[in-house]
Amino acid sequence: MPTQPTSEMTVLDQGWTLSPAVALRPEPFGALAYHFGNRRLTFLKHPLLVEVVTRLGEHPTAREALLMVGVPEADHPAYQRALAGLVATDMLAPRPAGAAHHGDPR
Amino acid sequence: MTLAPSLPRVRPTGGSLVQQFEYGLDAPICLTWELTYACNLACAHCLSSSGRRDPRELTTEQCEAVIDELQRMQVFYVNIGGGEPTIRPDFWHLLQYAIDHQVGVKFSTNGVRLTPDRAAFLASPACNGYVDVQISLDGATAEVNDYVRGPGSFDTAIRALENLQAAGFADAKISVVCTRQNLSQLDEFKAIADRYGATLRLTRLRPSGRGADVWDELHPLPEQQRELYDWLMANGEKVLTGDSFFHLSAFGEALPGLNLCGAGRVVCLIDPIGDVYACPFAIHDNFLAGNLLDEGGFRRVWQESDLFTDLRRPQTGGACSKCSFFDSCRGGCMAAKFFTGLPMDGPDPECVQGYGETALERLNEAGGRTIPAASQDHSRATPPRNQPVMLTLSRRPDTDQRAAAPASPPVSACAESPLAGFTPTTSGGCGCSAEPGKACR
Repeated sequence: MPTQPTSEMTVLDQGWTLSPAVALRPEPFGALAYHFGNRRLTFLKHPLLVEVVTRLGEHPTAREALLMVGVPEADHPAYQRALAGLVATDMLAPRPAGAAHHGDPR
Repeated sequence: MTLAPSLPRVRPTGGSLVQQFEYGLDAPICLTWELTYACNLACAHCLSSSGRRDPRELTTEQCEAVIDELQRMQVFYVNIGGGEPTIRPDFWHLLQYAIDHQVGVKFSTNGVRLTPDRAAFLASPACNGYVDVQISLDGATAEVNDYVRGPGSFDTAIRALENLQAAGFADAKISVVCTRQNLSQLDEFKAIADRYGATLRLTRLRPSGRGADVWDELHPLPEQQRELYDWLMANGEKVLTGDSFFHLSAFGEALPGLNLCGAGRVVCLIDPIGDVYACPFAIHDNFLAGNLLDEGGFRRVWQESDLFTDLRRPQTGGACSKCSFFDSCRGGCMAAKFFTGLPMDGPDPECVQGYGETALERLNEAGGRTIPAASQDHSRATPPRNQPVMLTLSRRPDTDQRAAAPASPPVSACAESPLAGFTPTTSGGCGCSAEPGKACR
């Protein structure tokens, strides 16, 4: 279970990284994410969301990752909800302070 | 082969996941791999007609190459079945090989080889939590289970569950094919699962393989379908279904899951000789997409075969698209229609709105359904000692009322008339459960 507050207001203000137990598979619509621990399969329904998720670990907060990837501000609430969903299913883990880029576990 | 009228194939951008899945994925989500057709049991409803090993079975090296390719395609896990997969001598090696290549394994077994030693291995760090075990159990009592799975099979399954629990293997699955005989036992199944710290998994009986021979007798009655739906709505969170009851969604609220026929789109089957079929319930030449030993391997079959390309065109739904529940069930299960002789763009034989029954009756009245002949059968030529004997003891109906004067003389084994014992107003006199027009097998 997530160890940090996960309300939608704060998800973007925290740092996250893809869980080491999760594998991402590119698909025409975006990507599939599979968590080998809890066996959950999640669908990332937009290529931009996939890019955000893979680059979260490079940035101190999710909001900075959104800006770097070029997600328009108007879309931030939708991304906030998507990321909160991924946190709730353990697909994302809190980013350790000062962490470097966390690569694909596979 | 055209399975059903289809529309042009242009993937939409955005849209719902179901719409996206209709156009297929770069690799399957749910891949079943029958490792062998050899089996120690001879279940009456076996969907792969298993029994004897196919001499052309993939070698250990070929199986390793398949796993390598699944790893490259990022198939996250594979459902291994059979036959009884654990009686392949290299089963445990291939299990370890898959784990070491980040391909998770869920395997289905009747439990025959799940000794305390093997259970300890499965619970050990060597398996790294990458392995799920499904023990098949088709009755919550020996009487109901052994009726279709054969004498002794209930005890074998329970012993396997005991061994897994004693070894500390967490969360085994108990896999139940729902039948007319066991649907009243759902709470008892749940109690068995709870007793062994296991999760219950319910799946739908398909008229595939030997299942075609017994479907008329075993498939749940309409009122039982309603009971099952209500039970799933009440217990669905804690029970797995492999998405197999999406035809029940036409009762009302959709069940959890995709509610979509995934054949060739997100699902497929690899058989013991490397043939790739659209789904585990469709082992028939009509649903054979190719063989992974041919050039291009599994990837080419999945991504480019004519059959799978065809299945990924949006289906029009035919007669069903007029039904107000079409968006819930999307016409139901392709294999169930095919093996009961119904058209691909017609209703599911177990359509909960009753259209399937009507369609079956209409076919029967029109001179009989044509059940597709099996493309292959691996049943043993000599029945094994533990073959189920599906006998229900009863008396001749006419001896109850008219013991002194039976309606007809007894039919002897050498009666020559093809209509011997046939009474048009009641069921046929041949003693089997075949529908009129369907051959006694």
